[in-house]
Amino acid sequence: MSSRVNDFAFKIATANGTGSASANGLIMQAIFRMGVPVTGKNVFPSNIQGLPTWYEIRVSKDGYTARTPTFDLMLALNAATYAKDVAEVRSGGYLMFDSSWPLDDKLMRPDVTYLGVPLAEMCNATFKGVRERILMKNIAYAGALAALIGMDTEIISALTKEKYAAKKPLLESNEKAIALGYDYAKAHFPCPLPIHLEKMDATKDSILIDGNTAAALGAVYAGATVGAWYPITPATSVMEAFKSFCMKYRRDPETKQKKFAILQAEDELAALGMVIGASWAGARAFTPTAGPGISLMNEFIGLAYYAEIPAVIVDVQRTGPSTGMPTRTQQGDLMMCAYASHGDTRHICLYPSDPREAFEMATKAFDLAERFQTPVFLVSDLDIGMNDWMVPKLTWDDNYKPDRGKVLSAEDLEKAKNFYRYLDVDGDGIPQRSLPGVHPKGAYFTRGSGHNKLGGYTEDGDEYQEVLDRIARKVQGAAKAVPAPFMRPTPGATMGLVTVGGCHAACMEAMDLLAKDGIKLNYLRVRGFPFGDEVRQFLDQHEVNFVVEQNRDAQLRSLLMLDLGTHLEKLESVRYYAGFPMSAHHVISGVKAKLEKAA
Amino acid sequence: MTYIAKPKVHHPSLKKNEIGLTRRDYEGAITTLCAGCGHDSITAAVIQAFWELSIPPHKVAKLSGIGCSSKTPAYFLREAHGFNSVHGRMPAVATGANAANSDLIMIGVSGDGDSLSIGLGQLCHAIRRNVNMLYMLENNGVYGLTKGQFSASADPGSTAKKGEANTMQAIDGALLALTLGATFVARSFSGDKAQLVPIIQAGLAHRGFAFIDIISPCVTFNDHDGSTKSYAYTREHKVEVVQADFVPPAEEISADYQEGSAKNVMMHDGSWVKFRKLAKDYDPTNRDSAYAHIREHQRKGEVVTGLLYLSPDSKDVHDQNDTVPGALYNLPHAQLCPGNDALQKLQQQFR
Repeated sequence: MSSRVNDFAFKIATANGTGSASANGLIMQAIFRMGVPVTGKNVFPSNIQGLPTWYEIRVSKDGYTARTPTFDLMLALNAATYAKDVAEVRSGGYLMFDSSWPLDDKLMRPDVTYLGVPLAEMCNATFKGVRERILMKNIAYAGALAALIGMDTEIISALTKEKYAAKKPLLESNEKAIALGYDYAKAHFPCPLPIHLEKMDATKDSILIDGNTAAALGAVYAGATVGAWYPITPATSVMEAFKSFCMKYRRDPETKQKKFAILQAEDELAALGMVIGASWAGARAFTPTAGPGISLMNEFIGLAYYAEIPAVIVDVQRTGPSTGMPTRTQQGDLMMCAYASHGDTRHICLYPSDPREAFEMATKAFDLAERFQTPVFLVSDLDIGMNDWMVPKLTWDDNYKPDRGKVLSAEDLEKAKNFYRYLDVDGDGIPQRSLPGVHPKGAYFTRGSGHNKLGGYTEDGDEYQEVLDRIARKVQGAAKAVPAPFMRPTPGATMGLVTVGGCHAACMEAMDLLAKDGIKLNYLRVRGFPFGDEVRQFLDQHEVNFVVEQNRDAQLRSLLMLDLGTHLEKLESVRYYAGFPMSAHHVISGVKAKLEKAA
Repeated sequence: MTYIAKPKVHHPSLKKNEIGLTRRDYEGAITTLCAGCGHDSITAAVIQAFWELSIPPHKVAKLSGIGCSSKTPAYFLREAHGFNSVHGRMPAVATGANAANSDLIMIGVSGDGDSLSIGLGQLCHAIRRNVNMLYMLENNGVYGLTKGQFSASADPGSTAKKGEANTMQAIDGALLALTLGATFVARSFSGDKAQLVPIIQAGLAHRGFAFIDIISPCVTFNDHDGSTKSYAYTREHKVEVVQADFVPPAEEISADYQEGSAKNVMMHDGSWVKFRKLAKDYDPTNRDSAYAHIREHQRKGEVVTGLLYLSPDSKDVHDQNDTVPGALYNLPHAQLCPGNDALQKLQQQFR
């Protein structure tokens, strides 16, 4: 293999519950601190201990962050998955394994270089106790890897010291384990390998962060005070992060009393009910969940839509239907989020493509929910939510003022001649709102049953329809308020590529590669629903638009057709939905297959 | 439910409370329930309880689920925000509203279908959390709006209007609440306003979840012979084990009782609940004896009423959370947002 500097991918195969997560985190962070663009994808089982788990790291000097499905180097450290792992090594690549035990001849490929490191043997000789031996074996592979791909030892040493500053015995063990692996590799292999790292200066304005942490941070900055939730993979870490940020930033400096309330509900139905109750009472409230949770929340979503109560729902999508594969990613909830609940409904959705957008859109979600008095979905996914992404540093505008929408104060109500909850006073479809406990004139009866514009119960068809039509107008108005689509025109392109969310990285890379084959595409990524005029114009201007997404049924394509009336013939679907993040090659092969078929 | 507003006629001779309001000011829209419905008597008791306590109506939030009972918040306290939510899920909405604004005086109205079937889980968890609210289960043993199916509180052997006998066990709200650790458990009867009003008042003063199971006969579908939730049956079989008087904070409690027959419990706001006419050896602050007492009478076909259990050291959601005093919903954004400097500092840990 010819030398490939700062442009390769490797994969670490271990069993979960063995401490490999710390080693993998250390490796990612060390590469990042060398100034080299890096992304990591954690492929983990729905299990606590003992099942296979993988960590994929891609190093890309050009800044490509999409998943790549073939690997230059495999760290095959789990005998249970050897066969599968050996098969995934690129021809001419490398495989490192624990040579404490011999490798089965059947696993030998002539086109792969095998690097045996006696990790277990070395660790058993050095460390005492079963647990420590297992944990340190995983740190030792990081040491061997460091030597093989030329990681900066000073950076590793600094990182280890930072991490274990408060735990001296652990620091010593870790340093010892890293040295074991490092020294062995140096002594036995030509280090570094042709695929290796060299310091760059491409990460100084970036951070490594997962989307769930970023969304939680967005909720803190937006001023959310009530969070209600039911634990569910892959959304759990949203609330855990929210809690830890609140414990840091939201306690009275003297009394340590909390300026937030987190309610762990009995189920997702209750979680959304709590959010609705809190929003009705005037707080910014949210719930993080995944597809199965949204299914349960449907009833309350309809209530919030019809009774016009703000609610922010973070959907970290995983594969469906039903329980599906809880630890795999998908974009299978696009349709459900857009039209959740019985009867006529339509909901504002925001689609982040990476953790930075998860942060920004989380804040935006609260503004839109209160402005439009309706549920707003932040439609993330497991890949964005749980993997560490390299994104530009987050910034916050200290001049930000939360948009609390048309909430009347006690003074407003005192001055008002009368107040009717569902009257379209301003002609924009958005009525005025009052909060409980504020003023006698603000009192009204919130109900999910038929009501007229004055807030009274009704079974009169005209009165009912008047309110329902106004709500439709109101939500349509949000098309101008949601984040505008991300667009990248290509000179001379006649075809369009449309996508959503986390497919962005794969699409950007694919378009660069397709351009080399002379296939030029204009690019649009939707960022909010309802779709606006820009999306319609983009689709109209191309005879063919490839619609790239991660679900079986082409849900984004359906949404485009339903919401904009675009004809099916204009929309060529490119899909990948096996549960892993999309790769550039999925986009490329999908587009090429369509073009060949048409030719 | 109706949108026919009740005319506000203020007779000059109507008695005013401490904040200058008459009982009329605590009323709501005209009821649309059947004439003679137990729920309307409960509504009247609520009106009297609030009026006597001189609570400004707009400081109250009244919430309900779905069903006949859940319609009633429209019929009292017209100047309070009302929330007729979804079936069985009012506790979650109330929990959220209370989290956002702990200053709201919260009253939840539910029925036996709403609380003991579709909403059983939500009720249990609201009890478990000890949400600071008054929760009234208007219990008639039957589904009224869908015309006469047994509810989960129907007693085994009791019959439906057309004669069919219930074969399943009943879920008893008061026993359930006691088992789950409820901090305030009462049972009353819609036809006994003298008993109900002070219990409602004590429930409002209670810091935590105040649960009242109120037998409230359905005149249309469950008031016949063979029903154990009828007016006649309840009058005949109810046994008041304990009478609770409510003494607001400012008033002195008099010692007009005999040694051993009374017990006073001070509430969080400085008011008192004065238990009188206690059955022999009945201790309303002992959960286990309260449970045993109810069961003992139940075996004899009797319905024990009164403020059956009161925990003197109740801690509500906010006590447990250690929330700052005052409502969360109107904390200024500047106090909630850490700002850009903090964000830049924080991000050093993401490098």
